[in-house]
Amino acid sequence: MIAAARTGRWRAYALIAPALIVIAAFFVFPLALSAILAFRATGGGFTFDHFIKAWDLYRTDLIFTVGIVALSTLVIGVVAIAIAGYLTLGEQPRAVAILRWLYRWPLFIPFIVTGQVMRTFLAKNGMLNHALIGVGVIEPLQAQSLLDWRGIVIAFVWKQVPFVTLLVAGAMASLETQHIEAARNLGARRLRVLWDIVLPQVRGTLLVGLVLSFVTMLSVLSVPMMINPNSPTMITVDIAYRISTLSDYHVANALCLMSLVVAAGAAWLYLRHAAAAQASGG
Amino acid sequence: MTAAVRARRWSQRLALAVLLGFLAFAVFGPIANLFLWAFAEKWYFPNRFPQEWGHSFWGRVFSPRGGAVASLGTSVWIAVLTVVLSLAVAIPAGYALARLKLRWRGLILLAFLLPQAVPNLPVYVNIARVFYEIGLNGTVLGVVLVHASHGLVLAVWIASAAFAAVDASLEEAARNMGASPWTCFRTVTLPLAGPGLIASAIFVFLESVDEFTGTYFVGVPDVTTLPLLMFNASMGGNYQIASITALLLLVPSIAFMLVVERFLKANVLAGVGR
Repeated sequence: MIAAARTGRWRAYALIAPALIVIAAFFVFPLALSAILAFRATGGGFTFDHFIKAWDLYRTDLIFTVGIVALSTLVIGVVAIAIAGYLTLGEQPRAVAILRWLYRWPLFIPFIVTGQVMRTFLAKNGMLNHALIGVGVIEPLQAQSLLDWRGIVIAFVWKQVPFVTLLVAGAMASLETQHIEAARNLGARRLRVLWDIVLPQVRGTLLVGLVLSFVTMLSVLSVPMMINPNSPTMITVDIAYRISTLSDYHVANALCLMSLVVAAGAAWLYLRHAAAAQASGG
Repeated sequence: MTAAVRARRWSQRLALAVLLGFLAFAVFGPIANLFLWAFAEKWYFPNRFPQEWGHSFWGRVFSPRGGAVASLGTSVWIAVLTVVLSLAVAIPAGYALARLKLRWRGLILLAFLLPQAVPNLPVYVNIARVFYEIGLNGTVLGVVLVHASHGLVLAVWIASAAFAAVDASLEEAARNMGASPWTCFRTVTLPLAGPGLIASAIFVFLESVDEFTGTYFVGVPDVTTLPLLMFNASMGGNYQIASITALLLLVPSIAFMLVVERFLKANVLAGVGR
């Protein structure tokens, strides 16, 4: 019996091994390499020089990157809560149906296509400016290109909102409706119900969606390259430049490690929340 | 009903309609702009619409020199190989995670989360360097390996959820009637988990077709997929060619968005990551 259980367990590990090997060889190994190269001096040995150089050269871009990604994450969170909230609490069935059909179109559109789409839409001659002129919000002479940090934020929000909304709306749909209905019967306004009753219960899901979006946006190369390649820009562009043009793997990897630290910070925020939720039995 | 209440209700409806209209413009405006560019022969500032319409750029994109057909072929070929490789390792792993006893199950699940939760650029940059040294850079195999290491993560999670959603008593019934574990898996478990596995295959396929950054570093200089073709056209300032290629990439993404729920049942979705 014990022997049988043991062979059973071996079989389980044997089934998992190939997948783990692929991840180890083509994901974990290059990641470890990144850490090694970032600290290795040209003649061998350990050094912080690459980090100092990276910080001197790309400090602004690093701050710019964190700012853009943080702002995008914030906007994504607000819009996703608004859409998911209306899908859950909305009273006009037709409006809910239209919204449900509408919000998810960009869900699987890749970042590179988003970049191209926004490059045309937000340009000086883009549809956004023409629409604003058409409805009289701005004068033709006020038309300006949004292809700078604003363009990157708009592209990120456009692309990531459906993903986070899908997760959050799914979590909201699986909530017990009794509390919500009780609060509504007591006359609570919808915004109150959303804020006080619905949102606390889906906070974990929202946070997962936002952390995953944050990390994804942090390593997107195509969108900043297509929308705002000039300095200040995102460090992904700098990393690509260090490698394609200068073959400087050391500074590039120092920048990579910096972005990993930022991502780890986001993950830490999430884990702290998860631990707190577990401690309070939630 | 008093006039005041009625007026308030109408103003609410109007506000709702305006909001929905605004959202519709935000979602479809950018896509519509792409369509305009794809059919514009000539379009200079400050004209609101193209001065000349036509489809001569379509001919150029699809001509042998345009390279769209060749890159489409490369993209699809790479995606098919990625799906085969990903599912070949993800189906056994997903089954083991869903059905068999594992001591470090949590840790293993975490390992399969890694490629989704860590910025990918460092990985692509360094794997390209390694591949360059062993001659895998610029080869289809190299690109497939990079795509698969990312795609199989999704595949493992969905496959594991799909297997977990299969009623275990059906498997037991088959085993009790004398079916071998392999026959049971092949004739009972696999067909029942089928829709979920197809969904994961489509996911992996789409991710591979759309992938840009990894291909950008590992594929150079010989492997040109559709996203790379689009990127080069766009950076070269050729908006028509870039827009047409972007439209080609848009079709599978939107098609999948429209049918995804048919494949991913709620009970499977709820089980992802459990």
